[in-house]
Amino acid sequence: MKVTLFIPCFVDLCFPRVGMSMVTILERLGHQVTFHEDVICCGQPAFNSGFWEETRVVARKVLQRLESSEAVVIASGSCGAMMKVFYPEIFDHAPEAPAARALAAKCFEFSEFLVNRLGVTDLGARFPAKVTFHDGCHGLRELGAKKPARALLSRVKDLTLVEMKDAETCCGFGGTFAAKFPMISTAMGEVKCLSAEETGADYIVSNDSSCLMHVQGLLDRQGKKVKTIHLAEILASA
Amino acid sequence: MSEILKLFKAQASKVAGDLRHRSLIQTALGKYETQRDRRKAAFQSWEEARQVAAETKWEAMRSLDEHLVSFVNKLEARGTRVHWASNGVQARDIILGVIRAKKARCVIKSKAMTAEEIHLNEAMEKEGYEVVESDLGEFIVQLRKEAPYHIVFPAMHLTRDEISDLFHRELGSAQTSDPEELTMIARRALRKKYIAADIGITGANFAIAETGMISITENEGNARLTAALPKTMITLLGIEKVLPRMADLALFLPMLATAGAGQPITCYNSLYGGPRRPGEPDGPEEYHVVLLDNRRTELLADAEQRDALHCIRCGACLNVCPIYRNVGGHTYGTTYSGPIGSVITPHLRGLQDWKHLSAASSLCGACTETCPVKINLHHHLLHNRRNAAAQNPNWIEKTAFRVFGTVMNSLALYRVVRAAARCLQPLHGLVKGGPFDPARAWTKTRELAPVAPKTFREQWKERA
Amino acid sequence: MTERENILGRIREALKTPAPRPGGHAGQDHDSLTASSPARTAAVHAREWLPPVPETAEGQLALFAAHSADLKTDFRTLPDADAFASALRDLAAQLGWKRVASHNGDLTFRATEGLDLPILRVDAGYDVNEMEDCDAGVTECDALVAQTGSVVLTSRSAGGRALSVLPPHHVVLARLSQLVRDLPAAFALLQAKYSYDYPSFMTFITGPSRTGDIERILVLGAHGPKKLTILCADH
Ligand code: SF4
Repeated sequence: MKVTLFIPCFVDLCFPRVGMSMVTILERLGHQVTFHEDVICCGQPAFNSGFWEETRVVARKVLQRLESSEAVVIASGSCGAMMKVFYPEIFDHAPEAPAARALAAKCFEFSEFLVNRLGVTDLGARFPAKVTFHDGCHGLRELGAKKPARALLSRVKDLTLVEMKDAETCCGFGGTFAAKFPMISTAMGEVKCLSAEETGADYIVSNDSSCLMHVQGLLDRQGKKVKTIHLAEILASA
Repeated sequence: MSEILKLFKAQASKVAGDLRHRSLIQTALGKYETQRDRRKAAFQSWEEARQVAAETKWEAMRSLDEHLVSFVNKLEARGTRVHWASNGVQARDIILGVIRAKKARCVIKSKAMTAEEIHLNEAMEKEGYEVVESDLGEFIVQLRKEAPYHIVFPAMHLTRDEISDLFHRELGSAQTSDPEELTMIARRALRKKYIAADIGITGANFAIAETGMISITENEGNARLTAALPKTMITLLGIEKVLPRMADLALFLPMLATAGAGQPITCYNSLYGGPRRPGEPDGPEEYHVVLLDNRRTELLADAEQRDALHCIRCGACLNVCPIYRNVGGHTYGTTYSGPIGSVITPHLRGLQDWKHLSAASSLCGACTETCPVKINLHHHLLHNRRNAAAQNPNWIEKTAFRVFGTVMNSLALYRVVRAAARCLQPLHGLVKGGPFDPARAWTKTRELAPVAPKTFREQWKERA
Repeated sequence: MTERENILGRIREALKTPAPRPGGHAGQDHDSLTASSPARTAAVHAREWLPPVPETAEGQLALFAAHSADLKTDFRTLPDADAFASALRDLAAQLGWKRVASHNGDLTFRATEGLDLPILRVDAGYDVNEMEDCDAGVTECDALVAQTGSVVLTSRSAGGRALSVLPPHHVVLARLSQLVRDLPAAFALLQAKYSYDYPSFMTFITGPSRTGDIERILVLGAHGPKKLTILCADH
């Protein structure tokens, strides 16, 4: 299958390994991976702040560039939600509505794509560590993907998954929210870090790099030992 | 920044960093969560039940006018006086009018968020009436001269020791750390009040259109006593409380209890259809029902957010909301707090003054997932943000997002920004976290992820 | 114009724009969202999704007993209605009742007559302070609900509004034939029995009065009865 990767700007800049791991895995499974260098952002920050017109400017380009793709795999649950759930909404009753719905139908968050679309769970990965999994809210609730990531992790050799208390509770990132209400965002993040630490895990795994960026930022500041890692990086390791 | 927003931010910072508050709320809600999950699992399908409940309320709203007319006609036929109030002032005047006409002295109240909404207690007290809240939690916060902390658990923010101190100070009771003994102190204090009260005021959970009845859900029995002993009873309720049929309660009562308190059904679920009838030994001689609009019709006119009127005030969305749990109920500064409060307060009290509540959310969606009537809560926060920006945009923000759009649509500009970020990164270390740091909102408590030596795009290009 | 007309007018104006059917999402297929097909209503569909109830009478009785135990309701079955009187006498002796309030129902009258105590009969009106002095309120009921462990009663069947909530102990006298399977059945029963002329008060009582308002810790007997006893006769 021809798979088009969507790598959001912050993954491009700060977490390139996440994207490269996805390339490795998809190619290992025999798929042809393509990437449009000029598709940079889904427009979510503007959308979340209420600026829908400014969002549409960005979204129109995404719609147009991804129109002919067979399947689009998105490296972050929240960008996935943007394209799958909110594009149809911002173009509701607009000429772009059919295109938005068509794109929504072929967009997949990475773990969801592997398990639900391709039917793969065992990627032959080995990762000798104790990990706990944080469900990114957008992947979990907008896309309804709780099981795929765990199914994938369960097949990783030498990996132990310990569920943390309130794994489904938000880490407090929330995009522009983290900067607009830093005190609330930080408190939420602290609760999350504590739940993760209580499991005694070496790593906090998630399929959303934005959550991990937030959690890692807190852990680093507090000088904590626990590390964050994206699911794709684990699946690509042998 | 508006005063309301400043206050919100100051309060939020204070409570969010208060570890004692954090653990108190986590313990209280931890118990709730366990029970709620057990109760949900007992349903043949909680998800299907939610869908049916949502459709029932949708149907109720779709012909709200007809349902209200039927509700009122039935009530009036049994001798109830029904009043309509467009706003809080009118509702207060109606209620004060009844109290004056009865030459009453003492008013006993059972829990009614609508009464909080129109500041009824203050109005009655100003006229010199003694007003007593009978729900234990409400009684406690009334003694503290505080607003309820939560729409279902009004005193959740207090420990037993604080309550014991309060009772000792206000009621002269002996100190105790036994919740049962504390409850009995309140029971004894309130018994006398029920018997002395001339007027009983209640809220309502549902208004049954088919039979013209008010449905009240409670655990303590205080609403039942309020509706049984005083000679005059008044019920204040919002016009959106309608359910079409009495039998709809068969689903709504257990769902309300499950979502709200983790109970299969609450202790008392009562229906009131009028004043005391011939042959009945007790009950009020007069029954007044006050229907309150107070800008609910404005919310009704917004078809996109109309489902916010489906709310059955179970409080479940507050309980799961990480924002609510970290900033606490009083920080909102509103009658209705938590996700539902953030959604409806801008409609009830003005978008520009209350839009910050919609902004103060990570949009995690836990509220929408838990809501027993499937209100699209977190998406409505996005709708409020959109409406606020469209009505009165912050020009700095708007310009920033214009620039953002231009950059994101141009690979060349994006490369320039990337290069700039790389250059500035080493310099950032000099101001990081300090007052001159442009990223201070982030870096005060968190490290910023560094730009990678080679971005994904650069690595991708190298492969080709 | 009256406020009634004002409010109804605003409602009618608002409803000119239909709202999407719940459960969907804006931007999704529009026709299915605003379809005029009737809503699935709670009244019709509740039984499909509510907690399941056994089909057999024995199963339903066992469920009611299990709920009672959970709720801390004292539920006892008796062989027949004649046993009410002695059961009440035992309770009175055991708990040291000095005065009891009741109403003149078929079951309550006979059962309380044999008590060697002053009885406050509420039917023709009563003094609240006297009722407040009573140790127990003895009433009949309209139904028992297996699904929830609830007692259904009304101001007509159970001596008004206060008798079952003011005294610290509420004793219900019921017959096994009054046990209905679930909440939909209970509402159907109320409708069939009373829709010609509803009493002013009807209630579902599920366990003794309770509160969790102090640190979410369960305490019984908040404002209503601390004890609820249900005596259920087989015939
Ligand atoms: S919005 Fe939903 S969850 Fe929140 S209080 Fe209302 S009914 Fe309950």
